Amino acid sequence: MSRAWIIELAYLAAAVCFVVGFKWMSSPSTARQGNFISAIGMLVAVVVTLLDQHIVSFTWIIVGGGIGAALGAWMAQAVKMTAMPQMVAIFNGFGGGASALVAAAEWHRLALPQFEFPVGTAVSIYASTLVGAVTFSGSMVAAAKLQELISGRPILFKGQHIVNAMVLLAIVGLAVYLTREHAAGGWFLVLNGLALLLGVLLVIPIGGADMPVVICLLNSYSGVAAALTGFVIHNHGLIITGALVGASGLILTQIMCKAMNRSLANVLFGGVGAVAGGPAGTTTKAGHVKSIQPEDAAALLAYASTVVFVPGYGLAVAQAQHQVRELADLLEKRGVDVKYGIHPVAGRMPGHMNVLLAEANVPYDKLYDMDAINPHFERTDVVLVVGANDVVNPAARTAPNSPLYGMPILDVDKARQVIFMKRSLNPGFAGVDNELFYLDKTSMLFGDAKASLTAVINAVKQL
Amino acid sequence: MSESGMTLFVIFVLATLLGVEVIKKVPALLHTPLMSGSNAISGITLIGSMVVAGWGATRLATVLGTVAVALAMINVVGGYLVTNRMLKMFKAKRDPNAPS
Repeated sequence: MSRAWIIELAYLAAAVCFVVGFKWMSSPSTARQGNFISAIGMLVAVVVTLLDQHIVSFTWIIVGGGIGAALGAWMAQAVKMTAMPQMVAIFNGFGGGASALVAAAEWHRLALPQFEFPVGTAVSIYASTLVGAVTFSGSMVAAAKLQELISGRPILFKGQHIVNAMVLLAIVGLAVYLTREHAAGGWFLVLNGLALLLGVLLVIPIGGADMPVVICLLNSYSGVAAALTGFVIHNHGLIITGALVGASGLILTQIMCKAMNRSLANVLFGGVGAVAGGPAGTTTKAGHVKSIQPEDAAALLAYASTVVFVPGYGLAVAQAQHQVRELADLLEKRGVDVKYGIHPVAGRMPGHMNVLLAEANVPYDKLYDMDAINPHFERTDVVLVVGANDVVNPAARTAPNSPLYGMPILDVDKARQVIFMKRSLNPGFAGVDNELFYLDKTSMLFGDAKASLTAVINAVKQL
Repeated sequence: MSESGMTLFVIFVLATLLGVEVIKKVPALLHTPLMSGSNAISGITLIGSMVVAGWGATRLATVLGTVAVALAMINVVGGYLVTNRMLKMFKAKRDPNAPS
């Protein structure tokens, strides 16, 4: 068997490992093995690539690989679970950046007079440059927004879409010109610069609250970038793998858009956080709000038979995951059945809240996603909402003129009692008042989530 | 499009469909590890980077390739390790010895 055959088969084996790895991700009991077999697939692909006959020296592979592996390992160890979205965005960006660099290196080689530069390869190179560079700069802006290095508010200016369209057109125009004039290195640099600019322009108008969608989409792009690199260097393994990742990002993008009641176009071009933030309080019924003391909340919870916790991102901001778990432990000791209802956009990326609660030792069989928990609310004595608002707002079901209308929510209003832990009556991201606050069954426990939970925990201990 | 280009495209489309089918079955519970894990896989660009860095066709290509290897390696190693770190935290029943 020739060397080329062995290499092709090894890439196929790697791709099979990735697919099996994804398959084992479908259950938390096998997910770790899934990740492991996926890593084995990657190792196989890397080792067999070292056999590639084009490689004449390993020096720079070892230097670059060593630096990258050390940095990656350190970052993976150091990152806080709350900062996971930024981390994923940065990793995404690096993957995209690598794709763009490979395309640039191939361009530089093929522009030499002794090599042929077929049109098909040229198209792949420019596509790979575009997607890779957009993924890189877009991911860096998204990470900076999430880390609050720059404002999370949407940055909008007049004619934004026209500017974006012009930049894209210029890139396409340059690419067409470059397929004729191979040696125009200066223009290839301009193309790279414009692609980087486009990545920035595409992400700045998107608000912080929409970042889950953007991260998913960039995840998808990084897969497409890898697949395009596969087209550049004619490698089946890269194409298959890139397509898998592209599909994964696309599915998650779709799930997030649905959970936020937005179309993808609306997220990308709408700049909603800036535009629709106005009508706060317009639907206010100015009803009576009942506030509650920690001692009374403790009694309500402790003497209930079924309790559902609904955590939102406010919980993570207050770093109160451990307090929630401690309260759940105390209640369970008293025989209360405790579940957690997790909305898809409870965190800053898909599934984020589950990771934050798992970190606080909450067993995963107590974590229910939206469709699983909603039928339970009718039979729930007390719901404790911590740091969530829009995702439990019944206006999504009942008020056709509300911006939330149609958004899938957790039906906490169907429970017998609702306790809201909140700093104030301020509306959520969408700027819409929540009629749930004014229901007879609702009690508000005002204050910092961590302090309130600690007070409730102490009160339960004394019962 | 050339014959081989068409083949590559067919592979791309079929792999996307396969990906959709497999990944749809991942529960919302594990969507963050799914993302960081698929992220690690997208670092497969590493193999392209390695060829470019090791070929040394031009000096500039070597430099670009080496930087690409470093970036892709961060993506791969960091992605798999952080995914493993997260998945380790998902436990079915509470461990009585776990620190509270």
